[in-house]
Amino acid sequence: MTGAALEVLDLAKRYAGRAVVDCLSFSVRPGTVFALLGPNGAGKTTTVEICEGFRSADAGEVHVLGLPPRDRSLRSRVGVMPQSGGAYPGLRAREMLRLVASFAAHPLPPDELLDRLGLGEVADTAYRRLSGGQQQRLSLALAVVGRPELVFLDEPTAGLDPQARRATWELVEALRSDGVTVVLTTHLLDEAERLADDVVILDAGRVVAAGTVAELTASGAAGQLRFLAPAGLDLGALLADLPAGCSATESPAGHYLVEGAVDPRLLATVATWCADRGVLARDLRVQTRTLEDVFLELTGPEPRA
Amino acid sequence: MTAWPPGALAPQPGAAPLPRMLRAQTRAELTLVLRNGEQVLLSLVIPLGLLVLLVTVPFVDVDGQERADFFVPGVLALAVMSTAFTGQAIGVGFERQYGVLKRLGATPLPRAVLLAAKTLAVLAVEVLQVMLICLTGLLLGWNPSGSAAAVVALVLLGTVAFSGLGLLLGGTLRGLTTLAAANLVWFVLLVLGGILFPLAAFGAAEPALSLLPSAALSSGLREVLTAGELPLQPLATLAVWAVGSLAAASRLFRWE
Ligand SMILES: Nc1ncnc2c1ncn2[C@@H]1O[C@H](COP(=O)(O)OP(=O)(O)OP(=O)(O)O)[C@@H](O)[C@H]1O
Ligand SMILES: [Mg+2]
Repeated sequence: MTGAALEVLDLAKRYAGRAVVDCLSFSVRPGTVFALLGPNGAGKTTTVEICEGFRSADAGEVHVLGLPPRDRSLRSRVGVMPQSGGAYPGLRAREMLRLVASFAAHPLPPDELLDRLGLGEVADTAYRRLSGGQQQRLSLALAVVGRPELVFLDEPTAGLDPQARRATWELVEALRSDGVTVVLTTHLLDEAERLADDVVILDAGRVVAAGTVAELTASGAAGQLRFLAPAGLDLGALLADLPAGCSATESPAGHYLVEGAVDPRLLATVATWCADRGVLARDLRVQTRTLEDVFLELTGPEPRA
Repeated sequence: MTAWPPGALAPQPGAAPLPRMLRAQTRAELTLVLRNGEQVLLSLVIPLGLLVLLVTVPFVDVDGQERADFFVPGVLALAVMSTAFTGQAIGVGFERQYGVLKRLGATPLPRAVLLAAKTLAVLAVEVLQVMLICLTGLLLGWNPSGSAAAVVALVLLGTVAFSGLGLLLGGTLRGLTTLAAANLVWFVLLVLGGILFPLAAFGAAEPALSLLPSAALSSGLREVLTAGELPLQPLATLAVWAVGSLAAASRLFRWE
């Protein structure tokens, strides 16, 4: 396959005159996992639903597998997990999954899918009696049962316990290794960090950062090295040993912080410097930026509307 | 559970053949109807109970006709109205609210097949209703006459008209509002539709009321089944309702 699995160009959507998505552009490489990350109300669901053909854009272009989002042929090629709902309350989990499986030419075996997602024991329970997390997993199963080329998962792990979350992650990773493109939304940073090849961070409908997880966590402020040692060490001498661009501070007394490009050499330099002075550095910790730091830096610490 | 074997999830998209989709969706729709207590009550228990009550307890005057001959056609009309109108409206209203229609919209199931499945499920329930009502009627002394083809035509046209109205209601209002509105309209059509008592009881309002779909269906069925006449005016009235309601529904229906 050539070209992007999903291409979004200058997308804009307004509700009551307010821009909810604005000038949004990104593209998703085939066979990769792409995460739209952002706080509540950032415009993730709006964007995804435009790509799914459920809502129309006010401006911009969207190409899904090279086609307009509402092209009928996409229905069998694209799997969709909406943020909530989407099943007959009165049908049992197995019945609902079999129903959707029967619309596909080569569906995954429904019972196996239920077992793998930990739903084997509630397969004969009506959807409305499933717990929130079980409903969520059934919804995921419904999205993938038709063996699509591209799946949209809107907050696939919201409300899941750790085991269920792991099962979901494993499914996403297995989809990627089998060549399926996955577009997911999340506000869980560790989830994006673990799963996604590429990330776009949205805030108030605009891209505030985009790139691979490695790029996002490497850019901007670099790493930090912290250690505890006797108070009053001569930091000027330490700085002389460190590469240019590093800083060293002590605050409070006995708590040292070195900021700069933390690599093995820097770590060795600090350790040697302490050893030369007969000082035992305790609790030496390296902190690199996590996606969470990037996220909070870019979107601010205040909760969103 | 062991890991996913490599290749197990490899894309293999494609839509199933239409007959398979239609069969699966129809089965699901029927399962839902028969599993839903209120729906069974509305479609089977109420019409049958009403029939037995109206025929055996003489608290409604039917102008000297045989009681079963007057009430069986009316209850048949009620049964069609309950299933095609109230059942569809409430079902579709909640399916929209629960995001089911949206989810189905993201599968290869074409809308036409979805609507066909809903129609087939309605017709299957109606066959059951008609059999049970006719059987009960015969036991109560009902003496039908007339053309079976005319009856089938009336029931089919009535089904289309009431389905159109049901889809219009369920496709535009929210779930609980639909529930309230559908039950209210059902009650009004029941009382003013010549089902419980002859329209003549309403005096000067009779010509206007005879244009209601429930009145057209019940009086049409009565004309065929008792007098053996071809019910042209009721058929025409139902045809207008069918065209009008489907046109409005297809314009105003919202899938979400
Ligand atoms: N149909 C609508 N009418 C009016 N405003 C809407 C509509 N849909 C979404 N919005 C607004 O658009 C903004 C973005 O909503 P959206 O659902 O896309 O956010 P999100 O990023 O998915 O949030 P969450 O993480 O809470 O799911 C919100 O401020 C929301 O209130
Ligand atoms: Mg959302």
